[in-house]
Amino acid sequence: MKKRVDVGKKILIANEEYALKNSQFLAEQKKLCLNMISSPGSGKTTILVRTISELKDMIKIGVIEGDIQTDLDAEKIRATKAAVVQIETGGSCHLSAAQVSGALENLPVSDLDLIFIENVGNLICPSAFELGEWGKIVVLSVAEGDDKPAKYPAIFAKSKVLLINKIDLLESGAQIDFCLERVKADTRKLNKGIEIFAISAKTGAGFASWYDWLKESVKYIRGD
Amino acid sequence: MHETMVAESLLTTISAESIKQNAKPVSVKISCGTLNAINDEILCFAFEAIAKGTPCEGMKLEIEHKPIQGKCKNCDETFDFELYRPKCPECGGEEFDLLSDAPLMLEEIEFETE
Repeated sequence: MKKRVDVGKKILIANEEYALKNSQFLAEQKKLCLNMISSPGSGKTTILVRTISELKDMIKIGVIEGDIQTDLDAEKIRATKAAVVQIETGGSCHLSAAQVSGALENLPVSDLDLIFIENVGNLICPSAFELGEWGKIVVLSVAEGDDKPAKYPAIFAKSKVLLINKIDLLESGAQIDFCLERVKADTRKLNKGIEIFAISAKTGAGFASWYDWLKESVKYIRGD
Repeated sequence: MHETMVAESLLTTISAESIKQNAKPVSVKISCGTLNAINDEILCFAFEAIAKGTPCEGMKLEIEHKPIQGKCKNCDETFDFELYRPKCPECGGEEFDLLSDAPLMLEEIEFETE
């Protein structure tokens, strides 16, 4: 004999409950929270270090740093004097909302304007786990190729901002086949509202518009 | 690889339901949207690995993929949106709204009863 039982339950409900709790907490505190997602080596940490250093008189930034192992990235952030909490995922390919919830308890949230979550370097898995952030930032470096929005559409469809990093390489004479216009067009097909900034974390090119967007978003969340 | 976490959640829910029903689970139906990015093979492999030695060992996973819907701005047609080839199948338009994606759901468990 066989019996069927209707369950009708969301499988990742436990993660969603934590994500909701995090987003409610952040909304009450009026803090902007951004979840940064990219492949390994696209420059998330370098972007953060520059952003924190150059905005330190205007925006107080804290960082939740996710890494599979080592706290090398957290050390780089710590050198900027920003508040940072490290989450070592021990092999897991993404951060979960429960981990972020624990990290938020260890950050001086009331002293901050903006909390960046630097997710584990991976273009697929982190996009499936809401953490309670206000928005996702996807980072793509030109060395990865211009086919990424077409090949990994989910994260480009879900993000508020696309940062195209390492654009200094395009003018360096390095032989990189990367068409900025193709990336922009492919991304906008999936996500019309997305903001796209082409930047170089090495030279600082393009950061002014990224900073304007951050300042506006902090203001918006604060309700100014 | 996030399939491992999905497999763990599945195992927890099915085990609890199995105790409640006092029966051995034999198969489970799951549905998921496009943006959940579930790879069937990896999910089955992960589930098989963690179910070993539990009452869920040997269970069959049926995974239904519900494509995300798009609505064409040009002809108003609602269609299965192909993330890899974003185009309206009716008029070929490339201006559309993405409608909401189906969540990852555990739909139904089949048990073997005495």
